[in-house]
Parts: sequence; structure tokens; C-alpha cells
Amino acid sequence: MSGRYLGQRVLQALGTIVAIVLLNFLLFRLMPGSPERILLRNPNLSPQVVEATRARWGLDKPLLPDQLVAYIGSTVQGDFGYSFKFRGQSVTSVIADRIGPTLLLVGLGELISAIAGIAIGAYAGWRRGGLVDRVGSGASLVLYSMPYFVIGMPLIVIFAAGLGWFPTSGMTSVGGGDRPFPANLIDLARHLALPLATVSLGLIGQYSILMRSAIIETRSEDYITTARAKGLRDGRVLRAHAFPNAMLPMVTLIAINLGYVIGGAITAEIVFSWPGLGTLTITALSARDYPVLQGIFLLVAVSVVLANLAADIIYGILDPRVRG
Amino acid sequence: MSEPMGEPAIEPALTPPLTPGQIRGRRQWPLPKQADPAAPLLQVRNLQTYFKLGSGWVKAVDDVSFGLTDGEALGLVGESGCGKTTTALSLVRLLPTNGRIRGGSVELFGIDLVAKSDLALQRYRWREISIIFQGAMNALNPVIQVRRQIAEPIRYRLGQSEAASQKRAEELLDLVGIPSRRLGAYPHELSGGMRQRAMIAMALACDPAIVIGDEPTTALDAMVQAQILQLLEQLRRELGLSLILITHDLSVVAETCDRVLVMYAGRVAEEGPVARVFTEPRHPYTRKLLGAFPNIRSDRRTLETIPGEPPNLLNPPPGCRFAPRCPQVMPVCTEVVPPEAVFADGVRVACHLYETPVHETPA
Ligand SMILES: Nc1ncnc2c1ncn2[C@@H]1O[C@H](COP(=O)(O)OP(=O)(O)OP(=O)(O)O)[C@@H](O)[C@H]1O
Ligand code: SF4
Ligand SMILES: [Mg+2]
Repeated sequence: MSGRYLGQRVLQALGTIVAIVLLNFLLFRLMPGSPERILLRNPNLSPQVVEATRARWGLDKPLLPDQLVAYIGSTVQGDFGYSFKFRGQSVTSVIADRIGPTLLLVGLGELISAIAGIAIGAYAGWRRGGLVDRVGSGASLVLYSMPYFVIGMPLIVIFAAGLGWFPTSGMTSVGGGDRPFPANLIDLARHLALPLATVSLGLIGQYSILMRSAIIETRSEDYITTARAKGLRDGRVLRAHAFPNAMLPMVTLIAINLGYVIGGAITAEIVFSWPGLGTLTITALSARDYPVLQGIFLLVAVSVVLANLAADIIYGILDPRVRG
Repeated sequence: MSEPMGEPAIEPALTPPLTPGQIRGRRQWPLPKQADPAAPLLQVRNLQTYFKLGSGWVKAVDDVSFGLTDGEALGLVGESGCGKTTTALSLVRLLPTNGRIRGGSVELFGIDLVAKSDLALQRYRWREISIIFQGAMNALNPVIQVRRQIAEPIRYRLGQSEAASQKRAEELLDLVGIPSRRLGAYPHELSGGMRQRAMIAMALACDPAIVIGDEPTTALDAMVQAQILQLLEQLRRELGLSLILITHDLSVVAETCDRVLVMYAGRVAEEGPVARVFTEPRHPYTRKLLGAFPNIRSDRRTLETIPGEPPNLLNPPPGCRFAPRCPQVMPVCTEVVPPEAVFADGVRVACHLYETPVHETPA
């Protein structure tokens, strides 16, 4: 990969992040309901108190440049202010508490669905019209079109409520996390099973459908005929020749999806009351907890940009033609 | 892209051609177990390859027969769409998914490849018959280093170690005149001529008996084209290869081939020694084809075109397929498929103008 290519991508990513920070600043200042009213929650405040509060938070200063400068200054330091809803807690700590569960659930779900989806899609496309293709592609399409709660509800009804194999919600039983190893891990795994299955099933269709069409496209390339002419085994033609080329479009999809992991899988988290960023987003939305929303928005946007950058770099490594 | 100043020059081949006995003796690998040592190298009989299209069959190759002896170069010519590529790909059954060999046999050392299962056929691909595809840009895998692609059949077909395969690949690249500093190159980093050389090196990897070149030099400029053909000719003589050369360029056939097979609409029109067929074309189509070709040596100024178009192969005319365009068409031509007339000078012609099975050479 040439330094030029890399430099261009990094600059582009930095530019996008700056734009996001500015947008984040403006967007939340255009929203209805002034922060001090929500925060103080008292319609009978005297104008003096309101003024004093506004001054304390710097809201009496003009938007430009004072508020913007202050905003950028604290953003760079990782200070996003305090949550309205969770009083006394900084936005950073509210979000930090929820990142772990989301990364665990959605990150693992992405990993499982990407690996399984790519394997199924590759095989289905290679043996187009075969059993795996007919069953796998039908199922993929159905799963792809189903929202998480449609997948999650039957799982709860059957495996949690019916068979009682797994708990219905949450991440730990009461006191479960405090039990000695390995009981605490087992407790976590039992809570994780159904939401993880939901997220993985929900994401698998997208990967297998795209991989299938990528493989079908590569299958008719001349270099595949060359590989077959060489008398290589079918499996080797697929693994060494078709697969690497078909993976090129997949890299971008996987990386972008990984960027969104941080935002959580909102409906899946809600269905299973999973204490992740998805449920936090809903809580913050209904409480008009602007600082928290702003923090989540910034986090998601930046991770999507970084994931895109990673996609470009990996693409550059995999495809010699873009290294230039 | 940095192309070295001109491709490395190759001295015109001086090596005399090897005799068939010498060629078989030079084989690095034993003949296949079921091979009959007395059998000819390749004998194709009544090959029929059709493509399923909608509810019908495209009769792309219909009743084609020809042979190839050790060290021989056979030119395969004819208009676009006449079935040259399909004939070549049928030999090792590399057809598109809708293609089927409906009949005939392909005998290599007397072993019928048509009867082989897919798995059994793999043993013959590349080790006995390799192919230099048209347009090496698409025929080489864009994400794999050229050297690795050449080493691959050595590693996986001949079962040699990774190190030995890589070393052999380097030798082959050297043999076809690719400078050693380009060893790590990817296909897109090489010029068209270099890519085609790499393709040739790859075709030689398993020391095959037959190399098929499917328009190996189209899309290259005249200079590079001449160099590649010279390289092929030199390799053929030195390594004792047998060559099937598919081309639109009749002068290439005149210069490099021993025999020529003229195809029209999926059938053989005429076949024989190049010297005989080109000086004395007997099939009306061959005459038209030679007339349509601008010969720089003659003082012919106008290029004769063949009026009309080749027939639709889904539903070809019942008799001679050339009848709708033939200036000498007779009533019998539109009804009866012309039988093959064999001449004493080794030329075969499928045309009603020559009725008896064996003819004297026309005066
Ligand atoms: N997959 C396919 N399905 C249907 N018809 C096909 C298919 N491949 C080739 N054909 C038809 O078979 C005939 C022979 O094609 P082929 O590619 O062998 O011709 P060719 O002599 O190699 O032509 P060219 O000089 O253009 O390479 C053509 O009429 C073509 O349209
Ligand atoms: S068989 Fe008849 S139509 Fe066909 S080439 Fe001969 S003369 Fe012409
Ligand atoms: Mg062709």
C-alpha cells in the first residue's frame, strides 16, 4: 500500500470527524426545550435563578465563538458534561458502563454471523441451485427481512418461558455476577445465549446473501476457468481463487457493520432488557438527556468513520490493484 | 507502468524439430497408466459439443474430427463464433455450465477423455493439456502474485515442495524472458506482453504434452505479437511441445503451423498441411477466407469480404452450413450434409464439389 493512499484515507477520516463534531454541536442546540428548563424541572423558577444557572453552564455566552470553543475544548479532553437523567454521573461514565455489554452482545453477534454467513453464502453460491443454496438462501432472505423482536420473541417463548432453559432478560441474575468463577461466567453465558442468537440470526442473512452473489460473480471470471484448467481440486479453486476475490466487497460491509456495533442493537437489547448502549439510547431519548445522546451520537459516528478507515486499509492490503 | 525498453529479443529458432520418438523419450513424467504407447498423441473423433439455450441446443461443435502428432503445430481458424474455443475447451471439458459433450471421443495416448469422470479428468488437465488463454489480464488472478500462480500447479499437481515450486516458477519466468526483478509482480503490474509471457510460463509448468493457445496474441501490438509467437515457436522446438493455435490471423498460421483446420459454423470445412491448404484451397469457404485476408505479399489491393452471416447454430441449415453464402451452391447442398473427401496430399474437404471419397490432387 502506498503512503499516499494511506495518507489520503487518514486525512479524509480526520476531516469527517471534524465535521461530525461540528454537526453534533449544532444539532443539539437546535433541538426543542432549553436545557435549563428540563434540568431544573421547576416551572416557578425566578428569572434570577435561571439566569444564574445559564451563566454557570455558559449558556449566556454567544453560540459562536464562545460556546463552540468551550465545546471543542472539553470534547477533546473527553469531557461530555453530566447526564440529566442519571444525576451526578458524567456522560463518559454513563456510556462507559454500557459499552461492555453492547460490545459483548453485538460484537460477538457480528463475528458469529459474519463467519457463518460468509461460509454459507460462499458454499451456496459455489454450488448454485444445490441443497445448501436452496435452503440457505431462502432462510437468509427470511431472516434478513425480520426485525430483531420478531426473531427474539419466539426464542423467549420457546426456550425461556416454555422450556425454561434460559432466563428471559438481563445480563446477570441477582447476585449472579458476584458468584465465584466459573459460576459467574456460566450465569452470564445463560443470559447471553438468547440475545446473542437473536442478533446473530438477524445479521447472518445480510452476509450470506452478499457473499453468495459475490461468489456467483467471481465464478464466471476467466481466472476461475484458468484455475480449473490447471486441474486443481474444486475446493482449492474456491478457497484459493474465488474466495479472496469475492471477499473484497465483503470487507467493506463487515467493517462498516463493526462501526455500528457500538450503537448497539436497539430492538434486540430492549426485547431482552440487555443493559447496553441501545437501551441507554432509548432511556436517554425519552428523558431528553441531551448530553448522553450527544455522547452516544459522537461515539457511534466516530467509530463508523474509523471502521471505514479500517475497511479502506484492509482493502488496500487484500487488493494489490489499489495499492498503486 | 515501467515496461523495459522492448521485450527481450529472441534469436530465431535454430533447433531442428524433435522426432516423435525423441519427444516421448523426453517426457519428465511417465505416460498415464492406461496409455497405449503406440497410439497417436491426440485423436478427436466426431466431437459434438452443444450449449443448452432456452429450450434448444446451440450446436457449437458438430461432428468435428482431427488428430495431432507429437511436436506438431495445428492452426485452428475460422470466423468468430465458429466453435474454435469450444473445440479446444471440450478436449479437457472446461465448458461453461450449459455446455455438454453430446458425442464423440477425445483420445489422448489412446485414452478416451470424454468417458472420464470429472475427478479422473483432472489428472489430465495441465499435466497433459494446458491452455494459454486469450487476454492474460482476465485469465490471471488479480490478487495473486504471478510467480505464485505459476508455482501453484507444480505444488498441487506435481506434489512438489513449496520451495521447489517457487524455484521452478522462477526458472520458467526466466525461460519466457521475464526479468527476475519482476518476480513479485501482480498481473496488473506487468505489460500486456509480459502478462502473456507469464501465461506461457504457467502453461509450461507441468511439462505438458499439448499446449493450446487460444488467440494468445490478440490485443497485443504487432511487435510484441511477433515476439510472443517467436517464443512459442522456440519453446515448441526445444521442449517438443505439440501446439494447437487458435487464431484469426492466417499469416500466423502460415508461419508457425504444420497443419491447419478450417472450421465453419461448428463443422470442419477443410483440414490439411498448411502449405497445401493455403496454396490450393479447395473448400469454397477456405477460398473466401484466404481471399478476405489481406496478403501483404501479393499485390491484391482490395479486401474481399464474405457476403452474408454465419448461420444461427440453434437451428442450422440442414445440408451444408455454408450453402446460404456459397457462390458454388448446388441443389444437393441444401439437403445433404457434405461427406468428407480425402485427397492424396493429406487434405480433407467437406464439400459436395468433391464427391468421391478419395481424390487425386487436382492439377
Ligand atoms: N455458454 C454458451 N451458451 C450458448 N452458446 C454459446 C456459449 N458459448 C459459446 N456459445 C456459442 O457457441 C458458438 C461457438 O463459440 P466459440 O466461443 O467456440 O467460438 P470461437 O470460434 O472461439 O469464436 P471467437 O473467434 O469469437 O473466439 C458461438 O456461436 C457462440 O455463440
Ligand atoms: S457443399 Fe455446396 S454449398 Fe457447401 S461449400 Fe460445397 S459447394 Fe458450397
Ligand atoms: Mg474463441
